[in-house]
Amino acid sequence: MTAVSTRRRLMRAGAAAVALATAVTLTACGTSDSLSGGGESTASSSGAITIGSQDYYSNEIIAEIYAQALEDSGQTVERSFRIGQRDVYMEALTSGEIQLIPDYTGNLLQFYDADTELRSSEEVAAALPDALPDGISALEAAPAQDADSYNVSAEFSSANGITSLTDLADYDGTLTVGGNAELESRPYGPDGLKELYGVDVDFAAIGDSGGPLTKQAILDDDIQLGDIYSADPDLAGGDFVTLDDPENLLLAQNVVPVVDDAVADRVTDVLAPVNAALTTDELIALNAASVNDQKDAATIATDWLTSKGLLG
Amino acid sequence: MSVFLEGIAWLFSPDRLSGPNPLPERLAEHLGYTLLALVIAAVIAVPLGYLIGHTGRGRDLAVGLSGAARALPSLGLLFVLTLLVGIGDAPVAATIVFVVLGIPPILAGAYAGFESVDRRVVDAARSVGMTPLQVALRVEAPLGLPLLIAGVRSAALQIVSTAVLAAYVNLGGLGIYLQRGIQLRSYDEMIGGAIVVVLLAFAIDGFFALLQRLCTPAGVRVAGGAAQTTRGRRHRRPATPRGAAQ
Repeated sequence: MTAVSTRRRLMRAGAAAVALATAVTLTACGTSDSLSGGGESTASSSGAITIGSQDYYSNEIIAEIYAQALEDSGQTVERSFRIGQRDVYMEALTSGEIQLIPDYTGNLLQFYDADTELRSSEEVAAALPDALPDGISALEAAPAQDADSYNVSAEFSSANGITSLTDLADYDGTLTVGGNAELESRPYGPDGLKELYGVDVDFAAIGDSGGPLTKQAILDDDIQLGDIYSADPDLAGGDFVTLDDPENLLLAQNVVPVVDDAVADRVTDVLAPVNAALTTDELIALNAASVNDQKDAATIATDWLTSKGLLG
Repeated sequence: MSVFLEGIAWLFSPDRLSGPNPLPERLAEHLGYTLLALVIAAVIAVPLGYLIGHTGRGRDLAVGLSGAARALPSLGLLFVLTLLVGIGDAPVAATIVFVVLGIPPILAGAYAGFESVDRRVVDAARSVGMTPLQVALRVEAPLGLPLLIAGVRSAALQIVSTAVLAAYVNLGGLGIYLQRGIQLRSYDEMIGGAIVVVLLAFAIDGFFALLQRLCTPAGVRVAGGAAQTTRGRRHRRPATPRGAAQ
C-alpha cells in the first residue's frame, strides 16, 4: 500500500462520515413539517400546492427548487418532504395528499410496468403517460439523469483505453463488477453486460449503493467496475471515468415532475424552464453543495435558481 | 402465512444448489465466520476473564469496556474497518467486528464463573496445599464452567445473527439472501434466507444448552439439583447455612 492510497483511504473515510452526517441532518430538517398541509388543498384551482419528495437528499433539493420556483410565480406551496419511497409517495399523490413530486423516469416506469424493455430517455418518457394511473401526469423531463452507471478508475481507463462499455470486450484480464447484492439479478447486471456487450464479468456484492466502499474498491483495483449513481458528486472529481453505454443497457433516469392533473395547468409553464436548465452536471453541482459544502436544500435551491436567472 | 410457505418452497427448491448463491456454500461461509470469530473471542476473553475472576482485580474496567464494546454499531464498524483495510481484506474487518461482539459475553461468563465459586471451597483447596494455579485450573475453572459456557452461548447467538452483515462487504454468508430479497422484492428469497438464519441460531443455541448441562460438574449437579446452571440458585443454596451461622 502506498502512502498516497493510504491518504486517499483516510479521505474517503472522512467523506463517508461527512455524508452520513449530512444525511442525518437533512432527515432531521425534512421531517419537521412533513405531515402538515396535506389533503386540504386537493384539486382546487387556487389553493396551495403540496410538494412531496423522496427520502433522498438529492431529490429533496429538486423538490425545493420546484417549490421556490412556484412560490416565485405567486403560487402558495406547502412542503411535505422526505415522505419515503415510491410505493408511499405515489399513494400520497393518487390520494391527493400531495400534488407534485420530482421522480426519475426509468424507475417510475418500472414501478408500473415491471417487465418493460424500454431503456433510452426518449422511449421511457414516451411510455410514461400510458403507464401512469389516471389523474396523474408526468411533465416534460429534465435532461438531468441520476441513474445507475458503470465506472472505472481514471488510471484503469487510460491504461487500457477504456471509455465505453463497448471497449470492455477487448480487455484481456479478469473484470469484476461491484454493486449491491441485487445487481447480480438485475437485467442491467452481469447478464446484461454479457448479452449487450459480450463481456464476461465476476460479481462482487458491496452493499453501500455505490458509496465509499464501492469507490474505494475501484481505486484499489479490487473491482474494476462499480455501479454508482450518475449524479454522485465524487464522479466529477477526476478519479473515476463513467463508461458510455451506447447500447442503452442502463435504464434512463431523467428527473421528471409528476403531478396531479388538477394542478398541471398551474405548474407546467413554471417548471418547464427550470427543468430545461437542470442538466446532469448541474445536478451533480447541486448534490456537491449538499454533500461537500453542507448547505441545506433551501439555500442550495435559492442559489441555483438565482444563478440561472429563474427567480424574480 | 403464504409468504412463509413461499419461503419454505424457495428453501427446498433444487435451484438452491446451483446459481450464483448456492445455499450450502453460503451456509458454510456463515457458519465459518461465526466459529472463527467465536474461537478468537474465546482465546482472548477466557484467560482475561479467569484472571479477573481469580484475582478480583480489573472487574470495573472489564465491565466498562465490555459495555462500550456492546454499544458499537456493528454495521458502522464494519464499513469503517473495511474502508481502512480495503474490500480485498474485508474478512479481516468482518472478523474483528464479530470478535468485538463476542468478547463481552464470554468475558462476563468467565469472571462470573470464577466469582460464583463458593469462597469456602477455594479456602479448602488452599488449605490442602493447592498452588494458586491449581486452585484456578482444578477448582474455579471446572466449577465456573457452566457459566462460561453460558457466556459463549450468548456470544455465539449474537455473532451468528450479526454475521448477516458480511454480505455487505462481498463475503457472502446467509445475509446475501436478505439483502437481495428486500431490494428485488422477492420475499420468498428473503423469508427463506431468514428461516435458515433462525434455524442455525436454534441449532447453535441447542448445542450450547446441551454442552452447558454436560459441563456442570457431577458433584455440583447432585448437591444443587437439576437447575444448577443458573447463577442465582447456585448462590442461594450455599448462602443459607452461611447466613444462619452469622
